[in-house]
Amino acid sequence: MSPPVAPPGWSRWLVPPAALSVHLSIGQAYAWSVFKPPLESALGLSGTQSALPFQLGIVMLGLSAAFGGTLVERNGPRWAMTVALVCFSSGFLLSALGAALEQYWLIVFGYGFVGGIGLGIGYISPVSTLIKWFPDRPGMATGIAIMGFGGGALIASPWSAQMLESFGGDSSGIALAFLVHGLSYAVFMLLGVLLVRVPGSAPQSRGPARPAATGPQVSANQAVRTPQFWCLWIVLCMNVTAGIGILEKAAPMITDFFADTSTPVSVTAAAGFVALLSAANMAGRIGWSSTSDLIGRKNIYRVYLGAGALMYALIALFGDTSKPLFILCALVILSFYGGGFATIPAYLKDLFGTHQVGAIHGRLLTAWSTAGVLGPLIVNWIADRQEEAGRHGASLYGMSFVIMIGLLVVGFVANELVRPVHPRHHIPAPKEAAHVQPQQSESA
Amino acid sequence: MSSPSSQSPPSPDRRWLIAFAWTWVGVPLAYGLYELVRKATQLFTG
Repeated sequence: MSPPVAPPGWSRWLVPPAALSVHLSIGQAYAWSVFKPPLESALGLSGTQSALPFQLGIVMLGLSAAFGGTLVERNGPRWAMTVALVCFSSGFLLSALGAALEQYWLIVFGYGFVGGIGLGIGYISPVSTLIKWFPDRPGMATGIAIMGFGGGALIASPWSAQMLESFGGDSSGIALAFLVHGLSYAVFMLLGVLLVRVPGSAPQSRGPARPAATGPQVSANQAVRTPQFWCLWIVLCMNVTAGIGILEKAAPMITDFFADTSTPVSVTAAAGFVALLSAANMAGRIGWSSTSDLIGRKNIYRVYLGAGALMYALIALFGDTSKPLFILCALVILSFYGGGFATIPAYLKDLFGTHQVGAIHGRLLTAWSTAGVLGPLIVNWIADRQEEAGRHGASLYGMSFVIMIGLLVVGFVANELVRPVHPRHHIPAPKEAAHVQPQQSESA
Repeated sequence: MSSPSSQSPPSPDRRWLIAFAWTWVGVPLAYGLYELVRKATQLFTG
């Protein structure tokens, strides 16, 4: 399948909605928890069992992004979005069958395995194309798409809940909800498949005069052999771990912090706090990532990691004395968490060029998978130990915050160690010359 | 001899397509944000 090349006059502002249609859909993964209680009561599952489809989905996201990235670069964004559409929607359809037949393994396989492949391929599908269309503002372009992944859960969470309320929480109601999800997402993602184009060489294409690969280009296989790749891997892993540290236990954390004060936080207010964190996460993705186009990638990560550590220190020292301070610091940390995700593709483009930036991004996402395990593990394990030791309130989290500050400092140092890639890793000059040719050869 | 630019056909107006595409993704996102704001206000009223 050859990548779809933009005809003359094609607007680059058609590419972000194409990317958003995919990311807003696959972002549904973070709203899986809506299905957990009805599945548990309808199929007699434990909490751990009902989390399996989501967990397998996230594992498959990391694996398919890491191993499928090169295929995405070779076949282009339309192929990748088609694969994402087919896998993600089929995952729901298989889950619908599984729920109707009360065969839970089919839901795990459908949503987790098949749908998870759709998550991974869909996540990286527009990255390379957006960067090529917006060489002047790569941070903003990828920020829009990756903001969509955060936005997907905001849409799916109330939508799925309303659907389950209408259809009922028994196995046939869940099956119908899965079926409607699968069909709706297929239609919604189709816009991305139909609209996405790689920039052509036509002079009338609106947007950058010649969005060809410029500067040093590094292949995905070569990139993983550079210290820069692993420095960024540590940067992303530490930044995500620090964000998950708050996100994972946000509701109990704010309740515990102010339990012994004159203004305790109710369960409803804690849910509002979690929602506000989601907003900060989303705003950070587009806001900070766009800012990185102005102040540079290295500087923005200095802010994420350095100011992030400072925010954690403020919460640890004064968080239980002032609710506004606690909320403000948590919001800033979550905005940095989102910003870290959204800025990394542009950072990769700066270091390795646009040649295989999607594939390199896919491989770097293994840092996300690692952080997804590390962050909750640290916070939960320490909170449990502190509780066993008879502590309560804010002191349950003190040690976790110290560890988070340490991790952010490690990330800060890794960011400082990032230098331009040594020329021995660059693609040889004759091949670089070929990239000045129309873009289809670049993506081939 | 005509210049290459005079030979190329005029590019079609894609403003409607751009508006449609952004509406397609904007409407569900606005719904999600509305629900989010509704829930987030519980922090101050709950």
